Amino acid sequence: MIEGILVDGLIFAVMALGVFITFRVLNFPDLTVDGSFATGAAVAAMSITNGLGIFPGMLLAFASGAAAGTITAVIHNRLKVPNLLAGILTMTMLYSINIRILGGRANIALLRVDTIISKVIQIGGSIPREWTLLIFMIIFTGIVKILLDVFFHTDMGITLGAMGDNEQMVVSQGVNPKAMKVIGVSLSNGLVALSGAMLAQYQGFADANLGVGIVVQGLAAVMLGEFLFRSNKIGMLTIQVIFGAILYKALMFFGRYYGYYINLTPSDLKLLTGVLVIVSLVVAKTRKNIGSRKRGIQ
Amino acid sequence: MINITKITKTFNPGTVNENTAIRNLSLTVQEGDFITIVGSNGAGKTTLLNLISGSILPSSGTMYILGNDVTRTPEYKRAAYIGRIFQDPTLGTSGKLSLEHNMNICSRKGFKGLKISLDAKKRQLFREELIALEMGLENRLKDNVGLLSGGQRQALTLLMTVLSRPELLLLDEHTAALDPRNAEIVLSLTQRFVDEGNLTSMMVTHNMKHAIEYGNRLLMMDRGDIILDVSGDEKKNLTVEKLVKKFHEIKQTEYTSDEALLTT
Repeated sequence: MIEGILVDGLIFAVMALGVFITFRVLNFPDLTVDGSFATGAAVAAMSITNGLGIFPGMLLAFASGAAAGTITAVIHNRLKVPNLLAGILTMTMLYSINIRILGGRANIALLRVDTIISKVIQIGGSIPREWTLLIFMIIFTGIVKILLDVFFHTDMGITLGAMGDNEQMVVSQGVNPKAMKVIGVSLSNGLVALSGAMLAQYQGFADANLGVGIVVQGLAAVMLGEFLFRSNKIGMLTIQVIFGAILYKALMFFGRYYGYYINLTPSDLKLLTGVLVIVSLVVAKTRKNIGSRKRGIQ
Repeated sequence: MINITKITKTFNPGTVNENTAIRNLSLTVQEGDFITIVGSNGAGKTTLLNLISGSILPSSGTMYILGNDVTRTPEYKRAAYIGRIFQDPTLGTSGKLSLEHNMNICSRKGFKGLKISLDAKKRQLFREELIALEMGLENRLKDNVGLLSGGQRQALTLLMTVLSRPELLLLDEHTAALDPRNAEIVLSLTQRFVDEGNLTSMMVTHNMKHAIEYGNRLLMMDRGDIILDVSGDEKKNLTVEKLVKKFHEIKQTEYTSDEALLTT
């Protein structure tokens, strides 16, 4: 059970890291995620079933997510529409595109083909399936986290960090803020799609509805993580997101298995997620107020 | 250095809110000039700096900086040779980032690549540069800039702006939001950096005394145009009283509405 939650959480964490980049670093609330998650799953599933191979398939999934993010950022930059609307536009269009990618179907099974999951279980040999997957996912998500940390230590990554806080400063330093938005949003959606690709292989199918409501789930994970501890170091912030994602999956697990005592059904989980985000917002706000009162400022 | 010819800026043209902030203004700035700009609220001082920095584009007229036509050049491209400091101390730095990361962003202008350039050598350089501020910031490289006071933050912005070696420095009432002591510190730092780098500078101020004390040329603006332009000895001999008298002579109207003009 605990291994299952951890594996779930670690796959989910890659998506949450993407949401963290847009919502927290870039201050660009990006809803493309609801579409690009399924895009990643669909592209990976079709690549694998059509014999392109697992790794090229996952790379392609990342690239397709990044392309979706680029479209959102360009709509926002060029047409000067609010970032929320730009994301919704791309997300809506992606629903049709995802079904096209899946060959006109709403879903596709990955049962009789080799996936990264079946390969890893093979390598694991006699180790129990769930434990093999857990070790693999720790390595996989760990690598994504470390690469992201390194990126945020580069000149470009640091500048991206300033973007969400103070766009004027970035402009004043001779950096095109539009280019930075394209980079940030496409990186975010690349990660989201990669997470979708992983989930499709883990659960054995890709579905055009896979990503519905996922951006709010990612946001819930990011916010849960922020309650764990405080830091201004990017390495700690990404750890927060990963822990938050696991915590979120654990909460949802308990909601699913023990929720029936209070008459909860699986369809209530989205309501629960929304309430979780609202409670997080309220707690964060109260904390901030208390903090500023302590320091004597209002 | 700068050649502005008959520039006009109208906001919301064709609507009831139409407002011409700059009217047919021409100005030539020589290299090495330190210009102070005064004028009442709504005279167009900040709009003029916005036009020069490119954060807004003119409705008509032309602008050349360093011999290039920049009339329609976007702000981020001009920023390669223009350093700008705002009244709001939070606009020049990112409070969410550490001091060293802020300095790293400003250490080189232009597009940032995937290089990790912040190393021990660079940190040491930042430390040495921060000593010049005499605020003890050299020991706080890892602190978030959000923890600094307004004065410290503005002094840091000034240092970072100067270190990025701009050809032109635009100061938009950059001490107005600070308490008098910090304002003096930041102003004297400004003077020092401008002298050391022989920087061409334009400083908007509401403080007549500062406008007279600093710089080699003084512009007074009113209703979107320059109504007074003094430099050299004439500027050196200026006093607040003379300046107010000059203003009355030009406008030939009693100037009672704006207290800012008489602030000393």
